[in-house]
Amino acid sequence: MIDRGDNHREGAKRHFGAVMAAPGVQEWFVREVLPLEAALVQYLQHNWRNKADVEDILQDVYVKVCEAAAKERPQQTKSFVFTTARNTLIDRVRKEQVVPIEAVADLDALNMAADDPGPERAALARDELRRVQAALDRLPPRRRQAVYLRQVEGLSRREIATRMGIGEETVKEYLAEGLFDLAELLFSEPADMRRRR
Amino acid sequence: MSETTSEATGEATSEAREIKRRAAQFVIARRTSEEWSEVDQKALDAWLAERVEHSIAYWRMDAAWESTNRLSILRPQRSEPAPRTSLMPRTAKAVAAIAAVALVAYAAQSEFAPKEKVYASAIGDRKILTLADGSRIELNTDTVLRVAQDETGRKVWLDRGEAYFSIKHDGAHPFVVQVGKHRITDLGTKFVVREAGERVDVSLLEGRARIDAPDAEDKTHSAILMPGDVAVATNNSLSVRKTETRRIENDLAWRTGLLVFNNTTLGEAANAFNRYNNKKLVIENPQTAGLTIDGTFHTNNVGAFVDVVQHVLKLNVKNNQSEIVISP
Repeated sequence: MIDRGDNHREGAKRHFGAVMAAPGVQEWFVREVLPLEAALVQYLQHNWRNKADVEDILQDVYVKVCEAAAKERPQQTKSFVFTTARNTLIDRVRKEQVVPIEAVADLDALNMAADDPGPERAALARDELRRVQAALDRLPPRRRQAVYLRQVEGLSRREIATRMGIGEETVKEYLAEGLFDLAELLFSEPADMRRRR
Repeated sequence: MSETTSEATGEATSEAREIKRRAAQFVIARRTSEEWSEVDQKALDAWLAERVEHSIAYWRMDAAWESTNRLSILRPQRSEPAPRTSLMPRTAKAVAAIAAVALVAYAAQSEFAPKEKVYASAIGDRKILTLADGSRIELNTDTVLRVAQDETGRKVWLDRGEAYFSIKHDGAHPFVVQVGKHRITDLGTKFVVREAGERVDVSLLEGRARIDAPDAEDKTHSAILMPGDVAVATNNSLSVRKTETRRIENDLAWRTGLLVFNNTTLGEAANAFNRYNNKKLVIENPQTAGLTIDGTFHTNNVGAFVDVVQHVLKLNVKNNQSEIVISP
């Protein structure tokens, strides 16, 4: 299994402009790749010992799939994304010359014969409001309040500052931190965790 | 080295996390700024161009923020005089003045109901109101509108006709337009509402607004309207379609006393004129009604329209005492 995947080794040298300029890559990424994030994170965590690396590995995977999609949109997003993830792990194993025991063995267990839209995506559309609301409820109080005042009550940053008795710069910080948390909860957290809480 | 320790030290930030944080800051700056300058945009562009990782993280954060936009549906409702509005004789095509007097009388006898002021425009008339907060409302022809006379005055009822709203945003006091049982809540915006018997049309020009449309079973359908959105609410449905804001502006030509026809059928044009004039246009033959016309006319100048119909489209025009009949 480890003898494949030289193809992503030159990852350090990239054409930065290409991905941004290619039309439709952003829409494709948001529509087809982001809904896979929770499963992808789970896969990476399962197959990589040092959990602290997972965020960086995920970032590498995203860069690779977007660069590939800028040239040619893959036919089957899900299997393409997970194959890229596996290759990325293999590259890391080689580079670090450490072989985690269960390295990179789990891919076939994900059963990706058919690239069906997957329950993730259907659920995303159906219950989006409920999910966003649940995610908002789980933010730390000040961040939640700032996001609530902005997105539910429609206040401006200045109005939020007055309401919360803080400066406008702090409002920006709370909103940005709140958004960071929301993105993690919405995209990264496994669906069964969301349901349980 | 164990999993638990590395998770516990989650604060030891990875490179990817730093990029995500920065992306979140940019999205917030861009999406919540009242004045986003060219300098701001250049700084963002430069950051995005620096590395592919930056762009992707920005897309991700922007998608997360985008998905929170629909949270505005959850905005708590202000106390509603719901029973009273449901008593409104919506279908009764009574003379506007009588209906208005009756409603004011009803409002006066309920001590909880805020007092209201009634504004009406006759057929062919227009009326402009400026509210205490600087918001503007323009009444089109044959329109009846009530304005709440409480301390904020930010609730109106459109009982019939059509009105254009240019609303000063006040986060603490949302502006509400009630049309029958349908309700439009502004989130800082310009929009036009038309009551047309069985349906209510809302077209949004600027900003955002929410429409809540209860159906016959009292289940409320809601939608957030963005610029270019046209919502149609009936007794059992709510639909939203997207058009160009330019088209909505055309439909708003009445604000300057004009009707703008753009590939408009004669039937629709006649209906448009008939809203502004007592002497009605009648088109006898469906094929004739299907002919299309382009042009700009004064709402009260039916004569100019009839001229075109007669001399350009070569149709027959019979001018009776009560109506103008057009035939092939």
